[in-house]
Amino acid sequence: MLILHCPYCGVDADETDLHAGGQAHLKREGPGSSDEDFEDYLFLRANPKGVHFERWRHVYGCGKWFHAARCTATLQVFGTYPAQTLEPPQDIKDKIADARPGWSWGDKE
Amino acid sequence: MKRYSAFAIAREAMRQHTGWDRAWAKREPKMKYDVIIVGAGGHGLATAYYLGKNFGITNVAILEKGWLGGGNTGRNTTIIRSNYLQDPSAAIYEKARSLYETMSQDLNYNVMFSPRGVIMLAQTQHEIRGYQRTAQANALQGVKTEWIGPQRVKELCPIMNIDGPRYPVLGGLYQERGGTARHDAVAWGYARACSDMGMDVIQKCEVTGVRQENGKVVGVDTSKGPIDCDKLGMVVAGHASVLAQKAGFRLPIESVALQALVSEPIKPCMDVVVMANTVHGYMSQSDKGEMVIGGGTDGFNNYTQRGSFHHIEETVRALVETFPMISRLKMLRQWGGIVDVTGDRSPILSKTPVEGVFVNCGWGTGGFKAIPGSGWAMAELMAKGQSPLTDEFSMYRFREGKFIDESVAAGVAH
Ligand SMILES: Cc1cc2nc3c(=O)[nH]c(=O)nc-3n(C[C@H](O)[C@H](O)[C@H](O)COP(=O)(O)OP(=O)(O)OC[C@H]3O[C@@H](n4cnc5c(N)ncnc54)[C@H](O)[C@@H]3O)c2cc1C
Ligand SMILES: [Zn+2]
Repeated sequence: MLILHCPYCGVDADETDLHAGGQAHLKREGPGSSDEDFEDYLFLRANPKGVHFERWRHVYGCGKWFHAARCTATLQVFGTYPAQTLEPPQDIKDKIADARPGWSWGDKE
Repeated sequence: MKRYSAFAIAREAMRQHTGWDRAWAKREPKMKYDVIIVGAGGHGLATAYYLGKNFGITNVAILEKGWLGGGNTGRNTTIIRSNYLQDPSAAIYEKARSLYETMSQDLNYNVMFSPRGVIMLAQTQHEIRGYQRTAQANALQGVKTEWIGPQRVKELCPIMNIDGPRYPVLGGLYQERGGTARHDAVAWGYARACSDMGMDVIQKCEVTGVRQENGKVVGVDTSKGPIDCDKLGMVVAGHASVLAQKAGFRLPIESVALQALVSEPIKPCMDVVVMANTVHGYMSQSDKGEMVIGGGTDGFNNYTQRGSFHHIEETVRALVETFPMISRLKMLRQWGGIVDVTGDRSPILSKTPVEGVFVNCGWGTGGFKAIPGSGWAMAELMAKGQSPLTDEFSMYRFREGKFIDESVAAGVAH
C-alpha cells in the first residue's frame, strides 16, 4: 500500500485515505490562451516512467490537496509538500538528484 | 509454413511429434525496413499482419522489448464485445468482433474464440437508462445487442443472486455474440502469419530513440543497434508516452495499473461473461475452470505492472454480493498490466507531428477485444495515410473538442 505523508495535518495516510489528482505544477490557462495551450493544460501529460510530481488529496483526512514527488517505475516516494508553490522545495529536488544522477528540475518532463 | 489440421496431428502422432516446425522464426534485425512496428502486442502484430495481407507490404519488422505478447495482450481477461455507444467506436469494435469470428480460420491458429455472450448488469436506475440508450444506439449502428430484464439475466446466469441487498440486478445489456478468446493464441497466431509473410518478429529489442531528418522519421535506435525505416508505427500501450517523448511529442495519456485474478479451478458453473460496472467487477469462467475476475484501475500513474491490493479486496467483496457462491473460492493468482488511459476513454489511431510516425494507443482497460479491427484500421492508415475507421480517433481530437466519450460504455475496466 502506498503511504504518503500529508504535509498539512501530519498524518501518514494510506492510499485508501487519499485521492490521486494527476500531474502537478500545470500552467493554468485562461482567456486569451490558444487552443494548443488549452490542449496542453487540459489533456497532454508528461506521464513519465520515473520521477513524477503529482497532486493528491487527503480525502478521508483533512481534505486538503498536497503535492508528492514519486517515482512511477519504483514507487519510491521522495517527499510531499504543500500545494501552494510553483516548484518542489529544494530538499526534495536534492534528494531526487542524489538518487537519480543527471536529473534536474528543468527536465521534469 | 506447415498448416495445422487434424490430419497434421494424426501424422505427428505417428512419428512422435518430431515434425512440428517453429511457429514463427526468431530473427535478428536487418539494416532497413519499409515499416517498423514497435510493440509485439496484439495491436502491433495485427497491424503488421494487415499491412501484409491487405496492402502487400511485407518488408516489416515488429520490435519488442520483452517477449511476444508479454504486455497487456498476455495479461487481460479476454472479454470481447462491441456494445459501445458512439458511432466511431461501434464501427471499429464491431469490425474487430466480426473478425474474431473467423480469426482461427484466417490465421490457421486456434484462438478459441468463444462467443458465449456478455451481460453488462444494470444495478442502478442510472445504469438502466444508460444501457437502454446503448441498446438503441447499437440497433441503429447494426450491432446486435438487447436490453434484458432481471429474470432473463438469472436464466442466463443461474449462480447470480439478483436480489442483492445493496445492488439488486435490475436488468442488463446483453450481447449474444460477445465472449472471450485465448489471448496468447491471438499474439502467436498473428506472429506466425507475419513470420510466414517474411516479416521479422524481433524480441528483446527495445526502441530507445526515434531518428528524424527534417521532421520525417528515418529510423530508430534500439538495444540491438540502429535500424532504418520509412514508416514507424508506435503500438506500445502503457509505454506510449515514453516512446512519444523520445520522438519529441506528448500524448493525452496516463498510464495506470489494472489488475486481474483467477480462482482455483472448479466445475463449469457459468457460461456467460458478466460485468458489473457499478460495483466494479466482472467475471467469466475459463476452459480450465478458473473464475477469471477483473476489477478497477489504481488512480495514480504507475509503470510497475503491480497494482494495489485493496483493489483486489474491493473487487472480490463487490462480486461476492452478486455471486455468493464464490465466497469460499481460493484465489490462485493475481497480476497487473500498465494500461494507457485517455480522457474520453477512447483510443488514439493517428498521424503524429513527425512525418511517417503513426501512433496506436489509448486502448486503456479494454483493447483486447479491438485487436483485429485496430490492426486492420491502423494498417490502412499507415499504408494509405487515411482510414475511415480511424478518422475520428486522431490524437488532435482533444484540442478540437471532438471527444468520443465512452466513459459509460467503458465504465468498468475490461
Ligand atoms: C488486467 C487487465 C485486464 C484486461 N481485460 C481486458 C478485457 O477483458 N477485454 C479487453 O478488450 N481488454 C482488456 N484489457 C486491455 C487489453 O489488454 C489491452 O488494451 C491490449 O492488450 C493492448 O494491446 P497492445 O498490443 O496495444 O499492447 P501490449 O500488449 O501491452 O503490447 C505493447 C508491447 O510494446 C512493448 N514495448 C513497450 N515499449 C517498447 C519499446 N520502447 N520498444 C519495444 N517494445 C516496446 C511492450 O513490451 C509490449 O509487449 C485488460 C488489460 C489488463 C491489464
Ligand atoms: Zn491531511
